[in-house]
Amino acid sequence: MTLDLTREDRNMLEGGYDPGVAMAMSIITRMAEVSGAACLIDISAAHIDSALFMGDATLEFAERLVELGAKVRVPTSLNVSGLDEAGWREWPVPEAYAEKALRQMAAYQRMGCTPTWTCAPYQTEFRPQFGQQIAWGESNAIAFVNSVVGARTERYPDLLDICAAITGRVPAIGLHLLENRRGQILLRLEHVPRSMQDSSIFYPVLGTIMGRAAGERVPVVDGLDITPNEDQLKALGAAAASAGGVALYHLVGLTPEAPSLQAVFQGLLPEEEVKINEDLLVTTYRGLSSASGNRLDMVAVGCPHFSLAEFQQLVSIIKGKRRHPDVQFLVTTNRFMVGKAWEAGYLDALHEFGARVSLDACILTSPMLPPEIQVILTNSGKYTYYTPGLLNRQVFLGSLEECVDSAVEGRLVREDSVWNR
Amino acid sequence: MEPMMVGRVVVAGEVRGHVLVSLEPISFWGGYDQATGEIIDRRHPLTGQMAAGKILAIPYTRGSSTTTAVLLESVKEGKSPAAILTSGVDRFLALASIVADEMYARPIPILALEPGDFLKLHSGQVLRITLDGRIFFVDADDHLKD
Repeated sequence: MTLDLTREDRNMLEGGYDPGVAMAMSIITRMAEVSGAACLIDISAAHIDSALFMGDATLEFAERLVELGAKVRVPTSLNVSGLDEAGWREWPVPEAYAEKALRQMAAYQRMGCTPTWTCAPYQTEFRPQFGQQIAWGESNAIAFVNSVVGARTERYPDLLDICAAITGRVPAIGLHLLENRRGQILLRLEHVPRSMQDSSIFYPVLGTIMGRAAGERVPVVDGLDITPNEDQLKALGAAAASAGGVALYHLVGLTPEAPSLQAVFQGLLPEEEVKINEDLLVTTYRGLSSASGNRLDMVAVGCPHFSLAEFQQLVSIIKGKRRHPDVQFLVTTNRFMVGKAWEAGYLDALHEFGARVSLDACILTSPMLPPEIQVILTNSGKYTYYTPGLLNRQVFLGSLEECVDSAVEGRLVREDSVWNR
Repeated sequence: MEPMMVGRVVVAGEVRGHVLVSLEPISFWGGYDQATGEIIDRRHPLTGQMAAGKILAIPYTRGSSTTTAVLLESVKEGKSPAAILTSGVDRFLALASIVADEMYARPIPILALEPGDFLKLHSGQVLRITLDGRIFFVDADDHLKD
């Protein structure tokens, strides 16, 4: 298939603008050819993961674009960074790393990106509308914005996301096209008790099952009895995007492109059907904790970044409590959300409990964890998936209530619930 | 001379070298040492092998965007594979090679092969890849002569 370019596409490619635009357009058109796209389409927003420092070449790429005069053409938010700009000196982050991470962050801001520094941009003013064509990086953000908002993005890898933002154009492929958004695999809940669906642990666990079953296909879940809130859907998508490559999922009767089973499969049959029962959920849940015993060094929540509603929920649980001196309690969020939490008066309660709040980065993206932190309890399926391999630390998965109780007791405390019997 | 096979050109280039083959996909993040070119994923069949300067044949990659960044870093370090053969088009490898071309004028040639052709490859063979995607098997002695 030959790629059909508009006059404006050619103008960008052939030097009608700054050379940085030509470089970005060259990368976009070459990727369009590789992907077999018929044409490019407009996007009206972008979310950039590339500002996370990975090494000298990715830094050089960003600084080259700046030098060549590249600026973003559409409103562009920035994903979680490699560094808490204000607070990194409170953690053992190496100076040499910080210097380069800051240079990379500055380069993207000079291109006109907004320093949102969050992996949950869908909970900020950068949340797009249903049906909007966008170019987003960051797997959990892609899953949320496609599935829950109904905006349309392919999976944009580092380096390509910024080229899309600079040109405002992307190859017309994949999840930008309606026919590729249909469900492919059906997951049916069978006799899963409502008490289980109501618990916050249900979502990272179901997400893990979805990711493992679907891989990169589009899963459809049928049989939910309740309406999950946005933070539960955030946890679901983050786990599904980690355990598999899920960029879009549908919940029948709940998410915007899934009014019915028939509609979500666009008149075709599912390629595969998977039954999900209580046993599978409990077995999957147990497998997510890599640590054993009850020793604990840190509780980490806020993956993806903590929302205002999550701050409120945490504050109601920690009221009148104080963490044990041997267990740290870390909340990761971004500068926008911490401002909201401050306005709502939540930060004093966190301070009294002994929690620390780290901004704009997280334990996976910033080399911030002290060596004595070896065992971490989290309520995040994504932290659970990546921490053992990326950080060489062991993890427990638990509910937010278990996170607080364990921090208070100084050791892992399990609730008496259907998950732990 | 008849080519052994013809691949779809993802990124064009001319190269001759030893091939390193596995049917197991690789995540470059945590699987490929960008400073040395060694395959370091301890669960991968090619672990401990040096892929820098060789023709690496793998069906596809895992780990999406991090694969792109690691492969680009390895080009800067001069430790990338000389070429990559896959069994379908892998967009994340293609992106790394295209950016390496834009930045350093050093693209990594990438060809996508039919699965049946992919299965004909064996580690240690010496291959010659042409700009238009033809792949020739080169006699090892012949290779040593030039």
